[in-house]
Amino acid sequence: MSGFFSGLLRFRRGAWEMLATILIGLGVFMLMQPFWMLAFTYSFIVTLVGTVMFIVVSHFPE
Amino acid sequence: MSGNPIDRIATATPAVMAKRVRGLSDRAIAWLFVGPSIVLLLAVNIFPLIWTINLSFTNFRANRLRDAEYIGLRNYERILTDTDTWQSMQATANFLFWTIFFQVLIGFALAYLINKKFKGNDLWTTIIVLPMMLSPAVVGNFWTFLYQPQIGLFNYVVEFFTGIDSSSFSMIGDVSLAPWSIVIVDTWMWTPFVMLICLAGLRSIPDSIYEAAECDRASKWRQFWTLTVPMVLPFLMLAVLFRGIENFKMFDLVVQLTGGGPGSITTLTSIDLKREAFEKWRTGYASAYAVILFVTVFGLASIYVKALNKVKER
Repeated sequence: MSGFFSGLLRFRRGAWEMLATILIGLGVFMLMQPFWMLAFTYSFIVTLVGTVMFIVVSHFPE
Repeated sequence: MSGNPIDRIATATPAVMAKRVRGLSDRAIAWLFVGPSIVLLLAVNIFPLIWTINLSFTNFRANRLRDAEYIGLRNYERILTDTDTWQSMQATANFLFWTIFFQVLIGFALAYLINKKFKGNDLWTTIIVLPMMLSPAVVGNFWTFLYQPQIGLFNYVVEFFTGIDSSSFSMIGDVSLAPWSIVIVDTWMWTPFVMLICLAGLRSIPDSIYEAAECDRASKWRQFWTLTVPMVLPFLMLAVLFRGIENFKMFDLVVQLTGGGPGSITTLTSIDLKREAFEKWRTGYASAYAVILFVTVFGLASIYVKALNKVKER
């Protein structure tokens, strides 16, 4: 876990890709879940941030 | 002049052209070959995408001549607070989950069986892949006949095995059964595709690995979980990626089968989007809807490709 946070601080690809992946997964879940309308409303922005982040951080060093 | 055809063509090339081609660098020749593809990609994919994003911020209607007005994020706001859109997203999620689940399960099982050497192996493979070769419109049409409560074969088969009266239920007319009717048809049609990919994976595993496992006295069960499954996994993930993207934009089959009904229980996002764009003619709204779907599929595909590469590296 500390490796993950130090990776984030040092702008390492693995940690940031993991964060972007979590955001995309969360966004898609929010988009398709049947429980909470508010989550559906904010799903797109979460997915968009995750996707853009994924594209950017995939150019970070390993 | 020699009789070699290549020599003859080379000699027949006009001197000016030959000089011009000789003067091109390797890089220029590479661009010459790649250029048309890039131009086509820009014209067919990138330009429409940018135009769609642009339209998504307007109230443009393709059936009206007046100019579009920029309305900011209002289309996105409307879509993401609309309960009907939310319901179609859930219908799509439901459809995606169950079709992929059954296709992977049955496809892998069939591939495992077909991979065993037995008589008539090739004939069975051909028979199994037949549904995949049919047009979705045709499949949708003949399954509507199969699902007919009075004359449909499906209801009679259900009656034969369960004893439930065949005319007492309608697969495509019942709210609780209609989602399953599209899952069954899609699974029937596309399981062979998953099977073929899994079969390619299974056939790529060398026999020597199993022989080594036999020497180490590994049980069949252990061989399956520690050799077969990990080695087929990249192929299986590829099949899930293809089917996931295809089913996310599933349209023709469902329109032919249920038309999105009864009510809106099988209205998938692609059907909803088509209605907004070409029935209600809310082009700007539909563009915003398409952008939302695009970002979702793009995001999912990105993480999936990353996962696939990791599995392949192992």
